[in-house]
Amino acid sequence: MAMDTTALNCAGLSGAPGGVVEGRAEIFQMTQAAEEAVLRPRDCGPWSHELRAALAARIAVQNNERALAGQYLAGAGAYAPLAEPSHGGAAEGLEAVVAFMDKVATDTRNVAAADISNLQAAGIADADIVRLCELNAFLAYQIRVISGLRLMKRAYA
Amino acid sequence: MTKVITKFTRNVPHWQPRVKPVDLQAATDEQLDALKVTPSNTKVSEYVLTLAHDVESLKVRSPLFNGIMYDRGGMSRAERELGALGASMVNHCIYCAAVHAARHAQLEKSTDVTDKLFRDGARADLGRRDRAIFDFAVALSESPSRAGPEHMEALKAAGLDEAEVLDLILSSALFGWANRLMHVLGDPVRVPETAS
Repeated sequence: MAMDTTALNCAGLSGAPGGVVEGRAEIFQMTQAAEEAVLRPRDCGPWSHELRAALAARIAVQNNERALAGQYLAGAGAYAPLAEPSHGGAAEGLEAVVAFMDKVATDTRNVAAADISNLQAAGIADADIVRLCELNAFLAYQIRVISGLRLMKRAYA
Repeated sequence: MTKVITKFTRNVPHWQPRVKPVDLQAATDEQLDALKVTPSNTKVSEYVLTLAHDVESLKVRSPLFNGIMYDRGGMSRAERELGALGASMVNHCIYCAAVHAARHAQLEKSTDVTDKLFRDGARADLGRRDRAIFDFAVALSESPSRAGPEHMEALKAAGLDEAEVLDLILSSALFGWANRLMHVLGDPVRVPETAS
């Protein structure tokens, strides 16, 4: 059974995923549904689909997942420059958002209450802070699933 | 006064949000549906009410979480908890670490492994199988590129089959997600008994 999901595609397992992956088919389908919910929600608040795609591409680049980054970058529109981790978001007026996303993605353990209060001080509503966290958190999961599957595929070939 | 917990513990703390959770009285129909609020079930945690701000994500996340941690077959429930704990220790998510260390101890009917991990950290003296599981979860959580073929070889050598490894990947990765909500959006606290 072919399964067309981002995680399996990026791990090179979508064509003939084999027994153990098929045994968890529902998990991969729900993972794809989660991607829809955080990347392309109906109610996206102030974070457009293009901006979400750019931030997702940025996190993928930070984790050296180039294929995944390319997929998200294709939907990033005018926000595409944000996919480059050295770009701080000043041109888009998103410095606080970008700094927060970088810290949550790459230095999770050191995130503290001040990181949330800084966003609130920058005028970002609580609901929109939760939306940023869900996007970031999902990417952490998706990237680790892809990376792990790739290792598993080689080890158990 | 509440005290923020900074050390790992199996004594599950209270989770105190850093943002204002959704007010149940003002929740939309979609939020109430995602929260599974019914006239006979109106008790919803502050954590879930916080996540209800992004109701589309909440709706898909809960069944995915349950599937990864509880679906039949593959890796044992206790070992999935160990994967979750490895991620939570890397990300210093005190709340998640407490919940999943407590579940591990309950399932194993022993506090031995989690006592050692909380006392000695990543260098704890673990059995071969737990060592391989914990090391992989830690490496994948620190940075996906740190997990390498040597971790897979250790898992194979410890006797894990492919289905078990898949469940370990999923449970460890899932806590990359959960930790970035729990640890980022709130504080683990002890509420004095007199205040409750």
